[in-house]
Amino acid sequence: MKANPKNMPGFGLVTWLGLAFLYLPIFAVIAFSFNSGRLVTVWEGFSFEWYPRALGNHDLQRATMNSLIVAVGATFIGTVIALAAALALHGGGVPKPVKTASYTMMALPLLVPEIVIAVTTMAFFAAINLRLGLINVLIAHIVFCIPFAYAPIRARIATIPKSMSEAAKDLYADEWQAFRHVTLPLLTPGIFSGALLAFITSLDDFIITLMVAPPGASTLPVEIYSKVKRGITPEINAAASMLLAFSIFIVLLSYIINRKKVI
Amino acid sequence: MRLSSGTKLLLPFLAVMTVFFMAPLCIALGYSFMAPDPMGGVKPAFSLSGYQQFLYSADLDGNLQWDTRYLEIIFGSTKLAVMATLACLLIGFPMAWFMATRPAHQRDAWMILITIPFWTNLLIRTYAWILILRSNGLVNRGLLETGIIDAPLELLYNPYAVGMGLVYSYLPFMILPIYSSLERMDWRLVEAAQDLYATRLRILWHVVLPASVPGIVGGTILVFIPTIGSFLAANLLGGGRNMMLGNLIENQFGMARNWPFGAAISVLLIAFVMIGLMLIARRGQGLKGVVG
Repeated sequence: MKANPKNMPGFGLVTWLGLAFLYLPIFAVIAFSFNSGRLVTVWEGFSFEWYPRALGNHDLQRATMNSLIVAVGATFIGTVIALAAALALHGGGVPKPVKTASYTMMALPLLVPEIVIAVTTMAFFAAINLRLGLINVLIAHIVFCIPFAYAPIRARIATIPKSMSEAAKDLYADEWQAFRHVTLPLLTPGIFSGALLAFITSLDDFIITLMVAPPGASTLPVEIYSKVKRGITPEINAAASMLLAFSIFIVLLSYIINRKKVI
Repeated sequence: MRLSSGTKLLLPFLAVMTVFFMAPLCIALGYSFMAPDPMGGVKPAFSLSGYQQFLYSADLDGNLQWDTRYLEIIFGSTKLAVMATLACLLIGFPMAWFMATRPAHQRDAWMILITIPFWTNLLIRTYAWILILRSNGLVNRGLLETGIIDAPLELLYNPYAVGMGLVYSYLPFMILPIYSSLERMDWRLVEAAQDLYATRLRILWHVVLPASVPGIVGGTILVFIPTIGSFLAANLLGGGRNMMLGNLIENQFGMARNWPFGAAISVLLIAFVMIGLMLIARRGQGLKGVVG
Protein backbone atom coordinates (compact mmCIF):
# COMPACT_ATOMS: atom_id res chain seq x y z
CA MET A 1 0.00 0.00 0.00
CA LYS A 2 1.48 3.31 -1.11
CA ALA A 3 1.26 6.45 1.00
CA ASN A 4 -1.65 8.71 0.17
CA PRO A 5 -0.31 11.31 -2.28
CA LYS A 6 -2.78 13.85 -0.96
CA ASN A 7 -0.75 14.04 2.24
CA MET A 8 2.41 15.98 1.49
CA PRO A 9 5.03 15.57 4.21
CA GLY A 10 5.45 18.75 6.24
CA PHE A 11 2.33 20.49 4.96
CA GLY A 12 0.41 19.63 8.12
CA LEU A 13 3.19 21.06 10.26
CA VAL A 14 3.30 24.28 8.19
CA THR A 15 -0.46 24.60 8.58
CA TRP A 16 -0.45 24.23 12.35
CA LEU A 17 2.50 26.62 12.70
CA GLY A 18 0.76 29.08 10.36
CA LEU A 19 -2.35 28.88 12.49
CA ALA A 20 -0.30 29.53 15.64
CA PHE A 21 1.32 32.51 13.87
CA LEU A 22 -2.12 33.94 13.04
CA TYR A 23 -3.45 33.55 16.57
CA LEU A 24 -0.38 34.33 18.70
CA PRO A 25 -0.96 38.13 18.73
CA ILE A 26 -4.66 37.70 19.51
CA PHE A 27 -3.83 35.53 22.51
CA ALA A 28 -1.02 37.87 23.58
CA VAL A 29 -3.36 40.87 23.77
CA ILE A 30 -6.04 38.94 25.63
CA ALA A 31 -3.52 37.38 28.06
CA PHE A 32 -1.91 40.72 28.92
CA SER A 33 -5.29 42.35 29.44
CA PHE A 34 -5.58 40.14 32.54
CA ASN A 35 -2.15 41.11 33.87
CA SER A 36 -2.29 42.73 37.28
CA GLY A 37 0.92 44.74 36.83
CA ARG A 38 1.18 48.06 35.00
CA LEU A 39 4.36 46.83 33.29
CA VAL A 40 2.65 45.46 30.29
CA THR A 41 4.89 42.57 29.31
CA VAL A 42 5.91 41.35 32.74
CA TRP A 43 3.39 38.91 34.12
CA GLU A 44 2.54 39.83 37.70
CA GLY A 45 -0.58 37.81 38.33
CA PHE A 46 -4.18 37.51 37.19
CA SER A 47 -6.48 40.51 37.48
CA PHE A 48 -9.81 41.75 36.18
CA GLU A 49 -9.22 45.35 37.18
CA TRP A 50 -8.39 46.71 33.67
CA TYR A 51 -11.78 45.86 32.23
CA PRO A 52 -13.83 48.14 34.49
CA ARG A 53 -11.14 50.80 34.00
CA ALA A 54 -11.33 50.54 30.22
CA LEU A 55 -15.13 50.64 30.37
CA GLY A 56 -14.99 53.74 32.59
CA ASN A 57 -12.51 55.65 30.39
CA HIS A 58 -14.31 58.63 28.84
CA ASP A 59 -12.20 58.79 25.65
CA LEU A 60 -12.82 55.11 25.01
CA GLN A 61 -16.52 55.45 25.82
CA ARG A 62 -16.96 58.30 23.35
CA ALA A 63 -14.93 56.48 20.69
CA THR A 64 -16.97 53.30 21.18
CA MET A 65 -20.18 55.29 20.82
CA ASN A 66 -18.86 56.86 17.60
CA SER A 67 -17.81 53.44 16.30
CA LEU A 68 -21.25 51.99 16.95
CA ILE A 69 -23.13 54.94 15.44
CA VAL A 70 -20.99 54.84 12.29
CA ALA A 71 -21.05 51.04 11.99
CA VAL A 72 -24.82 50.76 12.46
CA GLY A 73 -25.52 53.68 10.12
CA ALA A 74 -23.09 52.59 7.41
CA THR A 75 -24.33 49.00 7.64
CA PHE A 76 -27.97 49.97 7.30
CA ILE A 77 -27.53 52.46 4.46
CA GLY A 78 -24.82 50.40 2.74
CA THR A 79 -26.87 47.21 2.86
CA VAL A 80 -30.02 48.87 1.49
CA ILE A 81 -28.03 50.37 -1.40
CA ALA A 82 -26.26 47.05 -2.02
CA LEU A 83 -29.57 45.14 -1.97
CA ALA A 84 -31.12 47.52 -4.49
CA ALA A 85 -28.04 47.25 -6.70
CA ALA A 86 -28.00 43.46 -6.47
CA LEU A 87 -31.69 43.26 -7.47
CA ALA A 88 -31.12 45.67 -10.35
CA LEU A 89 -28.02 43.92 -11.66
CA HIS A 90 -29.60 40.47 -11.36
CA GLY A 91 -32.87 41.37 -13.06
CA GLY A 92 -32.89 42.55 -16.67
CA GLY A 93 -33.40 46.07 -17.91
CA VAL A 94 -30.04 47.61 -17.05
CA PRO A 95 -28.11 48.69 -20.17
CA LYS A 96 -24.87 46.80 -20.65
CA PRO A 97 -22.48 49.79 -20.28
CA VAL A 98 -24.17 50.77 -17.00
CA LYS A 99 -23.81 47.19 -15.83
CA THR A 100 -20.11 47.11 -16.66
CA ALA A 101 -19.55 50.46 -14.92
CA SER A 102 -21.42 49.17 -11.88
CA TYR A 103 -19.36 46.01 -11.63
CA THR A 104 -16.19 48.08 -11.90
CA MET A 105 -17.32 50.47 -9.17
CA MET A 106 -18.28 47.50 -7.00
CA ALA A 107 -14.80 45.98 -7.36
CA LEU A 108 -12.71 49.15 -7.16
CA PRO A 109 -13.03 49.86 -3.42
CA LEU A 110 -11.57 46.40 -2.85
CA LEU A 111 -8.75 46.90 -5.35
CA VAL A 112 -7.67 50.48 -4.71
CA PRO A 113 -5.28 50.54 -1.72
CA GLU A 114 -7.06 51.73 1.42
CA ILE A 115 -4.61 54.56 2.04
CA VAL A 116 -5.49 56.02 -1.37
CA ILE A 117 -9.21 55.86 -0.58
CA ALA A 118 -8.41 57.48 2.77
CA VAL A 119 -6.47 60.47 1.46
CA THR A 120 -8.62 61.07 -1.63
CA THR A 121 -11.80 61.04 0.48
CA MET A 122 -10.19 63.42 2.96
CA ALA A 123 -9.06 65.76 0.15
CA PHE A 124 -12.55 65.59 -1.40
CA PHE A 125 -14.28 66.55 1.84
CA ALA A 126 -11.82 69.44 2.19
CA ALA A 127 -12.42 70.51 -1.43
CA ILE A 128 -16.21 70.67 -1.08
CA ASN A 129 -15.82 72.04 2.45
CA LEU A 130 -17.94 69.32 4.02
CA ARG A 131 -17.45 69.52 7.78
CA LEU A 132 -20.16 67.49 9.40
CA GLY A 133 -18.08 65.67 11.99
CA LEU A 134 -19.24 62.10 12.37
CA ILE A 135 -21.32 62.33 9.17
CA ASN A 136 -18.07 62.61 7.18
CA VAL A 137 -16.89 59.36 8.73
CA LEU A 138 -20.29 57.77 8.07
CA ILE A 139 -20.18 58.69 4.36
CA ALA A 140 -16.66 57.26 3.95
CA HIS A 141 -17.76 54.04 5.64
CA ILE A 142 -20.89 53.66 3.51
CA VAL A 143 -18.71 53.60 0.38
CA PHE A 144 -16.55 50.67 1.44
CA CYS A 145 -19.39 48.83 3.19
CA ILE A 146 -21.41 48.52 -0.04
CA PRO A 147 -19.17 45.94 -1.80
CA PHE A 148 -18.96 43.82 1.36
CA ALA A 149 -22.73 43.81 1.80
CA TYR A 150 -23.25 43.18 -1.92
CA ALA A 151 -21.26 39.95 -2.29
CA PRO A 152 -23.38 37.62 -0.09
CA ILE A 153 -26.66 39.18 -1.32
CA ARG A 154 -25.63 38.65 -4.92
CA ALA A 155 -24.59 35.06 -4.19
CA ARG A 156 -27.97 34.41 -2.56
CA ILE A 157 -29.99 35.95 -5.43
CA ALA A 158 -28.27 33.63 -7.89
CA THR A 159 -29.70 30.62 -6.03
CA ILE A 160 -33.33 31.74 -6.21
CA PRO A 161 -35.15 30.26 -9.20
CA LYS A 162 -37.00 32.84 -11.34
CA SER A 163 -40.04 30.55 -11.21
CA MET A 164 -40.64 31.56 -7.59
CA SER A 165 -41.57 35.17 -8.29
CA GLU A 166 -43.27 34.18 -11.54
CA ALA A 167 -45.49 31.82 -9.56
CA ALA A 168 -46.34 34.68 -7.23
CA LYS A 169 -47.26 36.87 -10.18
CA ASP A 170 -49.46 34.10 -11.63
CA LEU A 171 -51.33 34.28 -8.34
CA TYR A 172 -51.97 38.00 -8.99
CA ALA A 173 -49.23 39.39 -6.76
CA ASP A 174 -48.00 42.74 -8.03
CA GLU A 175 -44.29 43.50 -8.39
CA TRP A 176 -43.98 44.80 -4.81
CA GLN A 177 -45.96 41.94 -3.26
CA ALA A 178 -43.88 39.35 -5.10
CA PHE A 179 -40.75 41.01 -3.80
CA ARG A 180 -42.04 41.55 -0.27
CA HIS A 181 -43.50 38.07 0.27
CA VAL A 182 -41.36 35.83 -1.95
CA THR A 183 -37.97 37.26 -2.93
CA LEU A 184 -37.19 39.16 0.26
CA PRO A 185 -37.77 36.25 2.68
CA LEU A 186 -35.60 34.02 0.49
CA LEU A 187 -32.90 36.70 0.44
CA THR A 188 -32.90 37.33 4.18
CA PRO A 189 -29.91 35.10 5.09
CA GLY A 190 -27.83 36.77 2.36
CA ILE A 191 -28.88 40.23 3.53
CA PHE A 192 -28.06 39.36 7.13
CA SER A 193 -24.67 37.97 6.34
CA GLY A 194 -23.88 40.90 4.04
CA ALA A 195 -24.95 43.33 6.74
CA LEU A 196 -22.76 41.57 9.31
CA LEU A 197 -19.74 41.71 7.01
CA ALA A 198 -20.37 45.40 6.38
CA PHE A 199 -20.78 46.00 10.10
CA ILE A 200 -17.54 44.26 11.00
CA THR A 201 -15.63 45.96 8.18
CA SER A 202 -16.82 49.34 9.42
CA LEU A 203 -16.00 48.46 13.01
CA ASP A 204 -12.48 47.35 12.07
CA ASP A 205 -11.62 50.20 9.75
CA PHE A 206 -8.67 52.22 10.88
CA ILE A 207 -6.79 54.08 8.16
CA ILE A 208 -9.76 55.65 6.36
CA THR A 209 -11.24 56.86 9.64
CA LEU A 210 -7.85 58.14 10.79
CA MET A 211 -7.59 60.41 7.74
CA VAL A 212 -11.25 61.42 7.46
CA ALA A 213 -12.33 61.86 11.09
CA PRO A 214 -12.26 65.43 12.40
CA PRO A 215 -11.31 65.96 16.06
CA GLY A 216 -13.91 64.45 18.37
CA ALA A 217 -15.20 62.03 15.74
CA SER A 218 -12.55 59.36 16.20
CA THR A 219 -13.70 55.76 16.38
CA LEU A 220 -12.48 53.06 18.76
CA PRO A 221 -9.61 51.78 16.55
CA VAL A 222 -8.36 55.34 15.98
CA GLU A 223 -8.54 56.04 19.72
CA ILE A 224 -6.70 52.80 20.48
CA TYR A 225 -4.06 53.76 17.92
CA SER A 226 -3.42 57.17 19.43
CA LYS A 227 -3.12 55.59 22.89
CA VAL A 228 -0.81 52.82 21.61
CA LYS A 229 1.43 55.52 20.13
CA ARG A 230 1.86 56.89 23.66
CA GLY A 231 2.60 53.44 25.09
CA ILE A 232 0.64 50.23 25.44
CA THR A 233 -1.19 49.91 28.75
CA PRO A 234 -3.15 46.95 30.17
CA GLU A 235 -6.22 49.17 29.92
CA ILE A 236 -5.75 49.41 26.14
CA ASN A 237 -5.28 45.65 26.00
CA ALA A 238 -8.58 45.23 27.83
CA ALA A 239 -10.41 47.56 25.42
CA ALA A 240 -8.75 45.80 22.46
CA SER A 241 -9.70 42.37 23.82
CA MET A 242 -13.35 43.39 24.08
CA LEU A 243 -13.32 44.64 20.47
CA LEU A 244 -11.65 41.39 19.32
CA ALA A 245 -14.19 39.26 21.19
CA PHE A 246 -17.05 41.26 19.70
CA SER A 247 -15.68 40.88 16.14
CA ILE A 248 -15.20 37.14 16.58
CA PHE A 249 -18.76 36.84 17.86
CA ILE A 250 -20.08 38.66 14.76
CA VAL A 251 -18.05 36.46 12.38
CA LEU A 252 -19.33 33.28 13.99
CA LEU A 253 -22.88 34.64 13.86
CA SER A 254 -22.46 35.34 10.16
CA TYR A 255 -21.34 31.73 9.59
CA ILE A 256 -24.26 30.28 11.49
CA ILE A 257 -26.76 32.36 9.54
CA ASN A 258 -25.14 31.55 6.23
CA ARG A 259 -25.23 27.79 6.89
CA LYS A 260 -29.00 27.71 6.35
CA LYS A 261 -29.59 26.96 2.69
CA VAL A 262 -32.35 28.57 0.62
CA ILE A 263 -34.48 25.62 -0.34
CA MET B 1 -35.98 58.58 -21.98
CA ARG B 2 -37.73 56.68 -19.20
CA LEU B 3 -35.59 54.59 -16.92
CA SER B 4 -36.56 50.98 -16.42
CA SER B 5 -37.42 49.96 -12.85
CA GLY B 6 -34.18 47.96 -12.70
CA THR B 7 -32.05 50.99 -13.50
CA LYS B 8 -33.92 53.06 -10.91
CA LEU B 9 -32.89 50.58 -8.23
CA LEU B 10 -29.31 51.06 -9.31
CA LEU B 11 -29.42 54.86 -8.98
CA PRO B 12 -28.57 55.16 -5.24
CA PHE B 13 -25.53 52.95 -5.77
CA LEU B 14 -24.38 54.87 -8.85
CA ALA B 15 -24.93 58.22 -7.12
CA VAL B 16 -23.05 57.31 -3.92
CA MET B 17 -20.12 55.71 -5.71
CA THR B 18 -19.79 58.46 -8.33
CA VAL B 19 -19.88 61.30 -5.83
CA PHE B 20 -18.01 59.81 -2.90
CA PHE B 21 -15.62 57.40 -4.58
CA MET B 22 -14.97 58.27 -8.23
CA ALA B 23 -15.01 62.06 -7.73
CA PRO B 24 -12.40 61.92 -4.93
CA LEU B 25 -10.15 59.80 -7.16
CA CYS B 26 -10.53 62.34 -9.98
CA ILE B 27 -9.86 65.26 -7.64
CA ALA B 28 -6.70 63.57 -6.43
CA LEU B 29 -5.61 63.14 -10.04
CA GLY B 30 -6.17 66.87 -10.53
CA TYR B 31 -4.33 67.76 -7.32
CA SER B 32 -1.30 65.80 -8.44
CA PHE B 33 -0.85 68.44 -11.18
CA MET B 34 -1.09 71.43 -8.86
CA ALA B 35 1.30 73.31 -6.60
CA PRO B 36 1.41 72.58 -2.87
CA ASP B 37 0.05 75.08 -0.38
CA PRO B 38 2.34 75.10 2.68
CA MET B 39 -0.75 75.47 4.91
CA GLY B 40 -2.06 72.16 3.57
CA GLY B 41 -4.07 71.63 0.42
CA VAL B 42 -3.14 72.96 -3.01
CA LYS B 43 -2.73 76.23 -4.88
CA PRO B 44 -4.97 76.26 -7.94
CA ALA B 45 -2.20 76.48 -10.53
CA PHE B 46 -0.83 73.91 -12.93
CA SER B 47 2.45 72.44 -11.73
CA LEU B 48 4.42 69.29 -12.24
CA SER B 49 6.13 69.61 -8.87
CA GLY B 50 4.21 66.63 -7.51
CA TYR B 51 5.83 64.39 -10.10
CA GLN B 52 9.19 66.15 -10.14
CA GLN B 53 9.68 65.24 -6.51
CA PHE B 54 10.03 61.58 -7.38
CA LEU B 55 13.43 62.48 -8.84
CA TYR B 56 14.38 65.98 -7.75
CA SER B 57 14.23 68.11 -4.65
CA ALA B 58 14.18 71.89 -4.66
CA ASP B 59 16.64 73.79 -2.46
CA LEU B 60 15.85 77.12 -0.79
CA ASP B 61 16.52 79.08 -3.99
CA GLY B 62 14.20 76.83 -5.98
CA ASN B 63 16.97 75.06 -7.87
CA LEU B 64 16.22 71.44 -8.67
CA GLN B 65 18.62 68.85 -7.41
CA TRP B 66 18.77 65.16 -8.28
CA ASP B 67 17.44 63.35 -5.22
CA THR B 68 16.94 59.60 -4.93
CA ARG B 69 15.37 59.54 -1.45
CA TYR B 70 11.88 58.86 -2.73
CA LEU B 71 13.00 56.48 -5.44
CA GLU B 72 14.64 54.48 -2.69
CA ILE B 73 11.41 54.38 -0.71
CA ILE B 74 9.45 53.32 -3.80
CA PHE B 75 12.02 50.68 -4.66
CA GLY B 76 12.36 49.51 -1.05
CA SER B 77 8.64 49.17 -0.46
CA THR B 78 8.13 47.39 -3.78
CA LYS B 79 10.88 44.95 -2.85
CA LEU B 80 9.41 44.38 0.61
CA ALA B 81 5.92 43.90 -0.88
CA VAL B 82 7.24 41.36 -3.42
CA MET B 83 9.09 39.43 -0.73
CA ALA B 84 6.12 39.47 1.65
CA THR B 85 3.86 38.24 -1.16
CA LEU B 86 6.28 35.41 -1.96
CA ALA B 87 6.48 34.47 1.70
CA CYS B 88 2.68 34.41 1.89
CA LEU B 89 2.64 32.11 -1.13
CA LEU B 90 5.25 29.77 0.36
CA ILE B 91 3.35 29.52 3.64
CA GLY B 92 -0.16 29.83 2.21
CA PHE B 93 0.08 27.15 -0.49
CA PRO B 94 0.89 24.26 1.87
CA MET B 95 -1.79 25.52 4.27
CA ALA B 96 -4.39 25.65 1.50
CA TRP B 97 -3.37 22.18 0.31
CA PHE B 98 -3.59 20.71 3.80
CA MET B 99 -7.00 22.33 4.42
CA ALA B 100 -8.40 21.21 1.06
CA THR B 101 -7.46 17.58 1.70
CA ARG B 102 -9.26 17.34 5.06
CA PRO B 103 -12.69 15.65 5.36
CA ALA B 104 -15.62 18.00 4.68
CA HIS B 105 -16.56 18.82 8.29
CA GLN B 106 -12.94 19.61 9.19
CA ARG B 107 -12.63 21.85 6.13
CA ASP B 108 -15.44 24.07 7.43
CA ALA B 109 -13.70 24.37 10.78
CA TRP B 110 -10.40 25.31 9.11
CA MET B 111 -12.16 27.91 6.98
CA ILE B 112 -13.61 29.54 10.07
CA LEU B 113 -10.25 29.41 11.85
CA ILE B 114 -8.49 31.14 8.96
CA THR B 115 -11.19 33.76 8.38
CA ILE B 116 -11.48 34.88 12.01
CA PRO B 117 -8.12 36.73 12.03
CA PHE B 118 -9.03 38.15 8.62
CA TRP B 119 -12.12 39.81 10.11
CA THR B 120 -10.66 40.95 13.41
CA ASN B 121 -9.10 44.32 13.93
CA LEU B 122 -5.79 44.63 12.08
CA LEU B 123 -4.61 47.56 14.19
CA ILE B 124 -4.92 45.48 17.36
CA ARG B 125 -3.36 42.41 15.80
CA THR B 126 -0.43 44.53 14.60
CA TYR B 127 0.26 46.37 17.83
CA ALA B 128 0.15 42.98 19.57
CA TRP B 129 3.43 42.17 17.83
CA ILE B 130 5.03 44.99 19.83
CA LEU B 131 4.09 43.05 22.97
CA ILE B 132 5.69 39.96 21.49
CA LEU B 133 8.81 41.39 19.85
CA ARG B 134 10.00 44.37 21.89
CA SER B 135 13.13 44.18 24.01
CA ASN B 136 11.21 43.09 27.11
CA GLY B 137 8.58 41.29 25.03
CA LEU B 138 7.49 37.67 25.06
CA VAL B 139 10.15 36.33 22.69
CA ASN B 140 13.09 38.06 24.35
CA ARG B 141 11.93 37.11 27.85
CA GLY B 142 11.52 33.51 26.79
CA LEU B 143 15.00 33.42 25.24
CA LEU B 144 16.58 35.21 28.21
CA GLU B 145 14.97 32.98 30.80
CA THR B 146 15.99 29.79 29.03
CA GLY B 147 19.52 31.16 28.82
CA ILE B 148 19.72 31.04 25.03
CA ILE B 149 20.73 34.71 24.90
CA ASP B 150 22.33 37.04 27.47
CA ALA B 151 21.07 40.36 26.16
CA PRO B 152 17.70 41.11 24.50
CA LEU B 153 17.65 41.00 20.69
CA GLU B 154 16.53 44.01 18.66
CA LEU B 155 13.57 42.39 16.97
CA LEU B 156 11.49 45.50 16.32
CA TYR B 157 11.97 48.59 14.17
CA ASN B 158 13.79 46.97 11.27
CA PRO B 159 12.72 45.85 7.76
CA TYR B 160 12.37 42.25 8.94
CA ALA B 161 9.77 43.22 11.54
CA VAL B 162 7.86 45.16 8.87
CA GLY B 163 8.08 42.23 6.45
CA MET B 164 6.86 39.83 9.10
CA GLY B 165 4.02 42.20 9.97
CA LEU B 166 3.01 42.31 6.29
CA VAL B 167 3.06 38.52 5.94
CA TYR B 168 1.08 38.27 9.14
CA SER B 169 -1.51 40.85 8.02
CA TYR B 170 -2.24 39.42 4.61
CA LEU B 171 -1.55 35.67 4.85
CA PRO B 172 -5.30 34.78 4.95
CA PHE B 173 -5.74 36.71 1.66
CA MET B 174 -3.38 34.19 0.06
CA ILE B 175 -4.69 31.05 1.75
CA LEU B 176 -8.38 31.57 0.96
CA PRO B 177 -8.25 31.93 -2.87
CA ILE B 178 -5.79 29.03 -3.24
CA TYR B 179 -7.93 26.94 -0.92
CA SER B 180 -11.03 27.65 -2.98
CA SER B 181 -9.18 26.56 -6.16
CA LEU B 182 -7.90 23.39 -4.55
CA GLU B 183 -11.19 22.55 -2.93
CA ARG B 184 -12.84 22.53 -6.36
CA MET B 185 -10.06 20.42 -7.86
CA ASP B 186 -10.83 16.80 -8.68
CA TRP B 187 -8.45 15.01 -6.32
CA ARG B 188 -9.01 11.75 -8.19
CA LEU B 189 -6.51 13.19 -10.69
CA VAL B 190 -3.87 12.91 -7.99
CA GLU B 191 -4.73 9.27 -7.42
CA ALA B 192 -4.66 8.65 -11.16
CA ALA B 193 -1.23 10.28 -11.39
CA GLN B 194 0.00 8.11 -8.57
CA ASP B 195 -1.29 4.98 -10.27
CA LEU B 196 0.81 6.04 -13.22
CA TYR B 197 3.86 6.12 -10.92
CA ALA B 198 4.19 9.89 -10.70
CA THR B 199 6.37 11.01 -7.80
CA ARG B 200 5.03 13.46 -5.21
CA LEU B 201 7.02 16.26 -6.79
CA ARG B 202 5.62 15.53 -10.25
CA ILE B 203 2.09 15.37 -8.83
CA LEU B 204 2.65 18.73 -7.17
CA TRP B 205 4.10 20.29 -10.32
CA HIS B 206 1.92 18.77 -13.05
CA VAL B 207 -1.41 18.14 -11.34
CA VAL B 208 -2.02 20.33 -8.29
CA LEU B 209 -0.11 23.47 -9.24
CA PRO B 210 -1.90 23.98 -12.60
CA ALA B 211 -5.25 23.54 -10.85
CA SER B 212 -4.34 26.15 -8.25
CA VAL B 213 -3.19 28.85 -10.70
CA PRO B 214 -6.39 30.94 -10.48
CA GLY B 215 -6.12 30.89 -6.69
CA ILE B 216 -2.43 31.77 -6.75
CA VAL B 217 -3.06 34.68 -9.14
CA GLY B 218 -5.98 35.94 -7.07
CA GLY B 219 -4.09 35.53 -3.81
CA THR B 220 -1.03 37.31 -5.18
CA ILE B 221 -3.11 40.32 -6.19
CA LEU B 222 -5.04 40.39 -2.93
CA VAL B 223 -1.79 40.29 -0.94
CA PHE B 224 0.39 42.55 -3.08
CA ILE B 225 -2.04 45.50 -3.36
CA PRO B 226 -2.67 46.08 0.35
CA THR B 227 0.95 45.22 1.15
CA ILE B 228 2.56 47.88 -1.02
CA GLY B 229 0.07 50.48 0.20
CA SER B 230 0.12 49.32 3.80
CA PHE B 231 0.39 51.77 6.65
CA LEU B 232 0.15 49.94 9.95
CA ALA B 233 2.96 47.37 9.74
CA ALA B 234 5.62 49.96 8.88
CA ASN B 235 4.12 52.58 11.20
CA LEU B 236 3.98 50.38 14.29
CA LEU B 237 6.71 47.79 13.71
CA GLY B 238 9.11 49.75 11.48
CA GLY B 239 9.53 52.72 13.76
CA GLY B 240 9.26 55.30 10.99
CA ARG B 241 12.47 54.33 9.22
CA ASN B 242 11.13 51.60 6.96
CA MET B 243 8.38 53.30 4.99
CA MET B 244 5.96 51.66 2.61
CA LEU B 245 4.24 53.72 -0.08
CA GLY B 246 1.20 53.93 2.20
CA ASN B 247 3.23 55.65 4.90
CA LEU B 248 4.74 58.04 2.37
CA ILE B 249 1.28 59.04 1.13
CA GLU B 250 -0.06 59.49 4.67
CA ASN B 251 2.98 61.59 5.51
CA GLN B 252 2.47 63.93 2.53
CA PHE B 253 -1.17 64.54 3.46
CA GLY B 254 -0.27 64.84 7.14
CA MET B 255 2.97 66.21 8.57
CA ALA B 256 4.71 67.08 5.29
CA ARG B 257 1.71 69.08 3.99
CA ASN B 258 2.55 68.35 0.38
CA TRP B 259 -0.75 67.24 -1.09
CA PRO B 260 0.31 67.30 -4.78
CA PHE B 261 3.19 64.93 -4.07
CA GLY B 262 0.93 62.70 -1.96
CA ALA B 263 -1.63 62.71 -4.79
CA ALA B 264 1.08 61.92 -7.34
CA ILE B 265 2.22 58.90 -5.28
CA SER B 266 -1.43 57.79 -5.06
CA VAL B 267 -1.72 58.05 -8.84
CA LEU B 268 1.47 56.01 -9.19
CA LEU B 269 0.14 53.38 -6.78
CA ILE B 270 -3.17 53.08 -8.64
CA ALA B 271 -1.24 52.86 -11.94
CA PHE B 272 0.82 50.00 -10.44
CA VAL B 273 -2.35 48.19 -9.45
CA MET B 274 -4.10 48.74 -12.78
CA ILE B 275 -1.09 47.62 -14.82
CA GLY B 276 -0.86 44.48 -12.72
CA LEU B 277 -4.56 43.74 -13.13
CA MET B 278 -4.42 44.37 -16.88
CA LEU B 279 -1.49 42.01 -17.32
CA ILE B 280 -3.49 39.36 -15.53
CA ALA B 281 -6.69 40.11 -17.45
CA ARG B 282 -4.70 39.67 -20.67
CA ARG B 283 -3.74 36.21 -19.59
CA GLY B 284 -7.40 35.28 -19.54
CA GLN B 285 -8.15 35.75 -15.87
CA GLY B 286 -10.92 38.32 -15.60
CA LEU B 287 -11.46 40.62 -12.66
CA LYS B 288 -14.24 38.29 -11.60
CA GLY B 289 -11.75 35.60 -10.66
CA VAL B 290 -10.05 38.05 -8.33
CA VAL B 291 -13.01 39.62 -6.63
CA GLY B 292 -15.65 36.92 -6.67
